[in-house]
Amino acid sequence: MARMTINGKTSEVDVQPSTPLLWALREQAGLTGTKYGCGIAQCGACTVHVDGKAVRSCVMPVSAVVGKRITTIEGLATNGVLHKVQKAWVDHEVPQCGYCQAGMIMAVAALLKDKPRPTDADIDSTITNICRCGTFQQVREAIHAAAKA
Amino acid sequence: MITDRLALDRRSFLIGTAAATGGLALGLKIPFGAGVVRAQDGSPEINAWVVIRPDDTVVIRIARSEMGQGTLTGLAQMVAEELECNWAKVTTEYPTPGESVKRKRVWGNFSTGGSRGIRESNEYVRKGGATARVMLVQAAANGWGVPVAECSAANSLITHKPSGRTVTYGKVAEAAAKLTPPTEVTLKDPKDWKLIGKPVKRLDTLPKVTGAQVYGADLKLPGMLNAAIKDCPVFGGKVKSFEAAKVTGMPGVRHVLPVGDSAVAVVADTWWQAKTALDALPIVWDEGPNAQVSSASIAEMLKAGLDADQAFVRNHNGDVKTAIAGAAKKVEAVYAYPFQNHAPMEPMNATAKYTPDRCEVWVPTQNGEAAFAALTAASGLPADKCEVYKIHLGGGFGRRGAFHDYVTQAVLIAKQVPGSPVKLLWSREEDMAHGRYHPVMQAKLVGALDAGGNLTGLHCRLSGQSIITAVFPQLLQDGRDNLAFQGLDPSGDFALGYTVPNLLIDHAMRNTHVPPGFWRGVNINQNAIFMECFMDELAQAAGQDPLEFRRKLMAKHPKHLAVLNAAADRAGWGKPAPQGVHRGLAQMMAFGSYVAACAEVSVSGDDKVKVRRIVCATDPGYAVNPAQIERQVAGSFVYGLSALFMQECTVKDGRIEQTNFGDYSSMRIAQMPKVETILMPSGGFWGGVGEPTICVAAPAVLNAYFAATGKRIRTFPLKNHNIQMA
Repeated sequence: MARMTINGKTSEVDVQPSTPLLWALREQAGLTGTKYGCGIAQCGACTVHVDGKAVRSCVMPVSAVVGKRITTIEGLATNGVLHKVQKAWVDHEVPQCGYCQAGMIMAVAALLKDKPRPTDADIDSTITNICRCGTFQQVREAIHAAAKA
Repeated sequence: MITDRLALDRRSFLIGTAAATGGLALGLKIPFGAGVVRAQDGSPEINAWVVIRPDDTVVIRIARSEMGQGTLTGLAQMVAEELECNWAKVTTEYPTPGESVKRKRVWGNFSTGGSRGIRESNEYVRKGGATARVMLVQAAANGWGVPVAECSAANSLITHKPSGRTVTYGKVAEAAAKLTPPTEVTLKDPKDWKLIGKPVKRLDTLPKVTGAQVYGADLKLPGMLNAAIKDCPVFGGKVKSFEAAKVTGMPGVRHVLPVGDSAVAVVADTWWQAKTALDALPIVWDEGPNAQVSSASIAEMLKAGLDADQAFVRNHNGDVKTAIAGAAKKVEAVYAYPFQNHAPMEPMNATAKYTPDRCEVWVPTQNGEAAFAALTAASGLPADKCEVYKIHLGGGFGRRGAFHDYVTQAVLIAKQVPGSPVKLLWSREEDMAHGRYHPVMQAKLVGALDAGGNLTGLHCRLSGQSIITAVFPQLLQDGRDNLAFQGLDPSGDFALGYTVPNLLIDHAMRNTHVPPGFWRGVNINQNAIFMECFMDELAQAAGQDPLEFRRKLMAKHPKHLAVLNAAADRAGWGKPAPQGVHRGLAQMMAFGSYVAACAEVSVSGDDKVKVRRIVCATDPGYAVNPAQIERQVAGSFVYGLSALFMQECTVKDGRIEQTNFGDYSSMRIAQMPKVETILMPSGGFWGGVGEPTICVAAPAVLNAYFAATGKRIRTFPLKNHNIQMA
């Protein structure tokens, strides 16, 4: 049993301590918005926030996040109001297949918390998620739009 | 009548009953006699394409699959255009392949590949919308007792002009559904389109930003088990033995099962448990003779084909041998293109539930009918006991179209645990090891220039794999794979845009044990590099500007030329580029569309290439949703340039060496060029969008790299030359 706070709710998750957070979220907590893409922290599809920082949950064992505050894509909106990054994603129609976008949005939300008005260079060095559909042009537009929102 | 009802299956009976009593419908919708066909919620089908609910919601049926390319929205626009419905009230649903079988393929082809979603179904989906509109207007006229000619429809509202009376679609839908459909409908003149051609918002965005979108990998069913699988890493090999006892005691493990004769699966409560146990499972493989094959042995085989006497001829005029023999200057080059994996973000998966009476599969697929065929074959059940439920794809790019190996596996696993749904999810490593790879191809090009620098002869000899031989051998023409020549054809949807007085394009087919597949763009990826880089080589040898050199050969190809000119003009070809920036061009016709690109790159001293900007022009005939086309262009460049710079699947001991995104990389946002799209639909034909543009990015960048460095790169990916994408 591991106790952690997921999207504001304290939960007991019944898994082996070595289980990656990604799979605890998807298979125990039932939160499938966080995606499996590679399992080796290369693609970023599994990005969530742990105590406010973007983390690739596929290589983060549950034992390392006990007692911590976890936010997933399902917990990013507040009281049914989209987060400004989600809003910008809708306005700029960023997603194509959409599979990587939860991780992309979580990475961007963390970036904007650290740097409310990121430069292109900030974006380039921080957002390293893979998108095979190739939505990067809209991702960049939407990041700047969210920063201004 | 009663006997007729009893002869129908139970679900249809329930629906009929529910509908007759005005209650909630529960399932499917096959009518009794001439009754109304109903959707799951009891709302009437006006026809197979259109369901209208009492609250005026319009449900448009989409047979093709949404995998990010926007076909769901584009096809809905086409139906809605003719239906004259309120776009704000449009929603969509996928008909199932099982229903399609029962209804004699009323929705046509489900296949979503070859950039054919819109270009091949545009006419019948528009007719579906028009037919439904005619029936709705007729129903309103009947209700009012007025001539139908006095009524018109717009925005889901029917108006009787003389009296000013109006009624909504939702109010007349029941009556309309009872009418006999018209046999002929007239489609709008394209100049009257109000919705087609507009950049309306996609219908599927919101759930993709909230985590609510359920992909195949996310599916949850009551009592579902999870499976992880390993297939013999050497293609064609088999399982010799495995020691199930070593892992059966591990947490959550339920079963360790053979899958066919080449794979082993662990079934557990969760996928992570299944994968953990599978990684610990000792498996001995019978690798077979293919274990001797390597990238080097394959390359040798292809190389021999470059000069082989026998080859399949596809495009031929004049006498190329004589032209080359008499050339004032002969130019020759050999190119080679590697195996590549599709690597969609969502790894392959399928969920199957089997009982001796019924087998169901939930799967992200580019072709519901092909998934259905795989399901029926693997289950051994007749088609009427099978069903496939399609799910939006987390990327397809061709991997999920003709190939449903993961469906077959899921059903073979589910048959061994009857009654329990089993979700099979491949690891990324399994996905890399068992792709349907971009074919390997080499090409030898020989050009003849006369004393004036005119191209008098061109021989392009392809040597390499044939996808059609491996996948659809019934489509070979006297052994020849016409698809291998995409973009180099004498005419048609893949027509070469140059007229050369003496021309020969032929293919020495050289197949390998590595299974080839349709990879976004298919054979235009390498053919565009071969032809468009060699055109630059010829221009260089002739001492001419690459644009002017091409133009002289394109007089009889005005649409090819128009996009090339447009891209060159917008990019500023012929005008000075910014300091350190160099330009390259490429053009092609593919999947019925004309495409061209002008790339701008700068190269640093340590061979880091910054692709700064690519101007792309495309003429797809008609542009249904310009905003989505722009996204497809930019996205295709990411896919194509990732391949050019980073991606190769190498073969060692008969297996693919790359395992994950660590050794099979993909572009990141930092490497993204500014993409400017010039959309120039000239009308009168329907070309594709998802694939054609992918092929011009690579040769345009390679030609720009040559302009910057004087170096011709002819083997790929560029990382093999220590050239990095900055």
